[in-house]
Amino acid sequence: MEYEAVIGLEVHAQLLTKSKIFCGCPTEFGADPNVNTCPVCLGMPGVLPVLNGKVVEFAVKTGLALHCEIAGHSVFARKNYFYPDLPKGYQISQYELPLATGGYLDVEVDGQERRIGITRIHLEEDAGKLMHEIEGTVTGYSYVDFNRTGVPLLEIVSEPDIRSGEEARIYLQTLRTILRYLDVCDGNMEEGSLRCDANVSVRPRGENRYGTRTEVKNMNSFRFVREALDYEINRQINVLESGESVAQETRLWDTGQGMTISMRGKEEAHDYRYFPDPDLVPLKLETAWIEIVKRSLPELPQEKKERFVRDYSIPRYDSDVLTSSKALADYFEACVGEFPQPKIVSNWIMGEVLRMLKRDSGEIEECPITPHQLAELFQLLEKGTISGKIAKQVFEEMYTTGSSAGEIVRSQGLEQVSDETELEKVIARIVAENPETVAKYRSGKTKVLGFLVGQVMKETKGKANPEIVNRILQGKLTS
Amino acid sequence: MKITRKEVEHIAHLSRLEFNEEEIGAFTEQLNSILTYFDKLQEIDTTAVEPTSHAIVVTNVFREDEVVVPSPREANLANAPDQEGYCFRVPKIIE
Repeated sequence: MEYEAVIGLEVHAQLLTKSKIFCGCPTEFGADPNVNTCPVCLGMPGVLPVLNGKVVEFAVKTGLALHCEIAGHSVFARKNYFYPDLPKGYQISQYELPLATGGYLDVEVDGQERRIGITRIHLEEDAGKLMHEIEGTVTGYSYVDFNRTGVPLLEIVSEPDIRSGEEARIYLQTLRTILRYLDVCDGNMEEGSLRCDANVSVRPRGENRYGTRTEVKNMNSFRFVREALDYEINRQINVLESGESVAQETRLWDTGQGMTISMRGKEEAHDYRYFPDPDLVPLKLETAWIEIVKRSLPELPQEKKERFVRDYSIPRYDSDVLTSSKALADYFEACVGEFPQPKIVSNWIMGEVLRMLKRDSGEIEECPITPHQLAELFQLLEKGTISGKIAKQVFEEMYTTGSSAGEIVRSQGLEQVSDETELEKVIARIVAENPETVAKYRSGKTKVLGFLVGQVMKETKGKANPEIVNRILQGKLTS
Repeated sequence: MKITRKEVEHIAHLSRLEFNEEEIGAFTEQLNSILTYFDKLQEIDTTAVEPTSHAIVVTNVFREDEVVVPSPREANLANAPDQEGYCFRVPKIIE
C-alpha cells in the first residue's frame, strides 16, 4: 500500500532581546549557573512579572511576515505542570487567545512551491536547564540552572501540511531565514535558540482521516530534522504493514543510533489546567500600531530573491545563495554598488568569499574583507593590472592580513606584465628550451599550447598577461 | 458532589503534594463547598458577557527591554532547599 506522511512542526524561537520576558535579567548564553536570575524568574512568592514590550513587537513582526492575523486582544495564561526546571510550578504562555493565527509560509521543494499553513504564534517563557551530573560526576541528584528561565520564546505552530522529512527541513530553514531577516532570532540550533518538535503520522494515500501520531523531539539540526522524520515515517509504515497499530507517544531522536526511541512510561496524560494569568494584564494591540510595525518590516527573503534575479540578471541559484542571509545579500549589493558587474561579484562571493568563511566556520559579518576592498580588487582585475590567477592570490592575502588589494599588489610587485617586448623575450626562451613540444604543436597537436603558456606563466611567477602570451606564442609557433 | 475524592488525589499528585487520608477528606469537603457556592453565580445570565480574565480594566503594561543587574547568586541560592556547585539540587530526574 502507498502511504502519505502528515507532519506538523512546533518551532520555538528564542527572541533576540537583551533582557528576559518578564524581568530585567540578561538573556546571554553560556553564563555561569544561576548568575542571571532574580526573584521574578525564580518564582519567589509575591513577585510581579512585567512584560518586555520588545517581545510583543518581535512577535507581531513575525506574525505579519508569516501572513497571520494579529489578535487585537490577547491574554497570557498559566500552563500548570510540575517539573524541577520550572520554579513557579507553571509556565507563562498563551492558550486561548494567542497573539497571531492563520498564516502561511511558502517553501520551495524540488522546484515546486508548497504552501504550509501556520496555525498560531504565541509568546511564552523558557524553562531552566536540568543537568544530571556535576563536574563530570553522576550523583543521586539532578541540578538546575535557571539562567534560561524566563528567556522569551516565540512558539510557531504549523498546520499538518508537511509531507516529508526534506519538506520539514526546508520549512524550518525558510522560517529561520525569515526570523533572521527580521532580526528577532539568531536561529542558532546548536545553542538551542531555534528548536523544533514534530507531530508525525502516516495514512494510506487518499485517506482523509489522520493516523495516530507520535511526537518527535530532540532534533537539533536541520539534518537531524530530515533524518529523524524520515526514520519515523518509515517506522510507522512498517508498524502498520505488520498489522499492528502506532502507539501515541513521545519519541526522542537518537543521533548516535540514527533512530527515534520511545520515552516509554515516562509520560503522564497532559493535564495543564490552563487559566488566564492574573499577574499579567491583557494585551490590546491597536490596528494603527500594527500598521506601523507592518511598514517597518524589511524586504523579506522571497522578495529579495526575486528582485536580485530581476535587477541583477543573476541565475536563480546565485540569488538563492546570496539571499540566504540578509548580511550576505547586503554584502553583495554593497559590492555591486561599487563594481556594477553582478555576475562577477556573485561568482567571487559564492566561490572565494564563502569558501574562506566556510574554512574558518565564519559568517559574512566576520569577513575581514569589506565590500569596498573586494570591489577594489575587481577593479584591478578589470583594468588588467593583475591577472585572474594573481587576483586569487591577492584575495587570500587580503583575507589573512586585512590589507587592501592595491597595497598588496604594490608591495609584492604583482602587477600583470603586459609589456610585449618583455614577454617576447621570455617566450623566445621557452620555445627554444622545448623543441619537442614545439614540434608536436606544429604537427597538429595544438593542445600542447597550454603547456607552453604554463611554462611562460611559471617563468613570470603568474604575472604575465595570459591573452598577450597566447597571441605571441601562437604567432611564433605558426610562423 | 462537585468533586470526588479521586479528583482531589489526582490534582494533589499533579502538584506533587502528599496528603494523608484525613486531609484528603477535609479538602474534598472544602472544595465541594466552594464549588457549590459557585452554583449561585451560575444563576446569572452571562450569555452576552465576554469571559473576564482580569478584575480591573488595565491593558498593555510594558517594561523597556533593559537589563537590570540580577540579584546576587548567593542570595538567590539562599532560598534553595538544597544546593551544590551554584545549582539548585533536586532529587534525581530519571533520564
